[in-house]
Amino acid sequence: MYLTIDSIEKSFINDRKENVKVLDGINLNVKKGSFVSIVGPSGCGKSTLLYLVAGLDKADSGEIRVDGNLVSKPGPERVVVFQEAGLFPWLTVLENVTYGLNLKKMPKEEAKRKALDVLKMVHLSRYVNSYPHELSGGMKQRVSIARALVMEPDILLMDEPFSALDEQTRMVLHKELLEIWRKTKVTIFFITHNIREAVLLSEEVVVFATRPGRIKEIIPVPTMKDGVTPDSVTLNTEQRILSILQDEIEKVLKEEMGDDYSFKTDHLHRGDSGDMGSHI
Amino acid sequence: MIAAIWEVTSRFSSLPDFMFPSLTQVLETLFNGLMSGQIILAIGKSMGRILLGFTIAIIVGLILGYFIWRYKLVEDTLGFVVTALQSIPSIVWFPLAIIWFGLNDFSILFIVTIGATWTMTVNATSGFKNVPQLYQRVAKVYGSSGLHFLRTVILPASVPQIISGLRIAWAFSWRALMAGELLGGGGGLGQLLEMGRSLGQMDLVISVMIIIAIIGTIVDNVVFSRLERNVEVKWGIRGRA
Repeated sequence: MYLTIDSIEKSFINDRKENVKVLDGINLNVKKGSFVSIVGPSGCGKSTLLYLVAGLDKADSGEIRVDGNLVSKPGPERVVVFQEAGLFPWLTVLENVTYGLNLKKMPKEEAKRKALDVLKMVHLSRYVNSYPHELSGGMKQRVSIARALVMEPDILLMDEPFSALDEQTRMVLHKELLEIWRKTKVTIFFITHNIREAVLLSEEVVVFATRPGRIKEIIPVPTMKDGVTPDSVTLNTEQRILSILQDEIEKVLKEEMGDDYSFKTDHLHRGDSGDMGSHI
Repeated sequence: MIAAIWEVTSRFSSLPDFMFPSLTQVLETLFNGLMSGQIILAIGKSMGRILLGFTIAIIVGLILGYFIWRYKLVEDTLGFVVTALQSIPSIVWFPLAIIWFGLNDFSILFIVTIGATWTMTVNATSGFKNVPQLYQRVAKVYGSSGLHFLRTVILPASVPQIISGLRIAWAFSWRALMAGELLGGGGGLGQLLEMGRSLGQMDLVISVMIIIAIIGTIVDNVVFSRLERNVEVKWGIRGRA
């Protein structure tokens, strides 16, 4: 196994000085070159897990290894694409992309050549010398992906990278990300709350339970040999994940709105009215 | 309009010319002063002094700001003191400075520096503190740390706030400079004012006041405003004009 997450525990202290457990005994193995998504209700600790893998945060116990090496601090072999692009507004697109390469002490010319190659891959060759504020949200996120890819990372960690984008832009970026993944064979660890996105993109979907965050089920996404998956299969997988998540969503809602609230019965009711009264 | 009123009231006022000079008389003195090099020399001295004091203030302010931002202990102790010190007008330091350093150039330099330092410190601190977490995380992910992190993320990200700090700090030290020179001499614009007073030459005093206003405006409008606008346009905070 390439990325191994071994019995990770993580708690933090909330505003009321209570100890809250966010991650409880997480075990996960990710194969090299695979595309794994993590879905779960908000607050289930999925982003925390990503930060731990990135080395931005430390676990209370357990260990994370990449290719056998223990993760203890951030490193350019595990780069993160954040929800907001996080480009430095004082640097041009090109300078943003070469930021990490300069840190690696790569010669200027070589860094520039590499950056231009990657920017071409994300179709941004025309905006090399623009400043971030001149770009749209989708373009910014593509620069942010380019900035990550140029490092030739072992693992690309993505923390809800497309959730702030509009639907069309997201669809385009889904396609581009899949192309990039096939081309570069990079391992992708993708956090999202969008089930459809997870099923569409990844080979494996890890469903998280909440409070404390733990892995509820790991669902493989069936793909056809030609890479195109029929809608029915996708839809089926989506349904399956949704039904697993339902318990979790209900738990969150009950905490927020009181015990008398039920998401499940509500859902069932909607299902009834959907048959247009054929049973009358 | 103002010029006309000035000219007329001065001509008809009962005050003698040396107390309330007419505009033409002031302009003449100003012109002569500039030509003879007297005013130019004074400008040179004052500017040299403020540039030195201001530079020291910027450096000290940034360093203090760094420590206050970085270490909680320093923030709790020094941070509080700086806020208190900031509220003391810098000319108040002058008596102390005279006792410590004597009535000389160094005393003036001291109050000019101290006038700008605290403002600079306060602005640098809040600039550093307001650097978005996201930028810091991104930099760390790419392996930035230590001095590189400071130079490539913290400093540039706080540039807008540092510039507005510079602007206020400049205004403070410019005032401190004039007050200091007025009291301490040393051959700057302030001393020229004092000389005009003792010689009873109000035309010279007003000439120097005009020079002071012009320099103050130029620095604020040309140097700092332009700096601020450049950053804003580059960052897209404000659209291109």
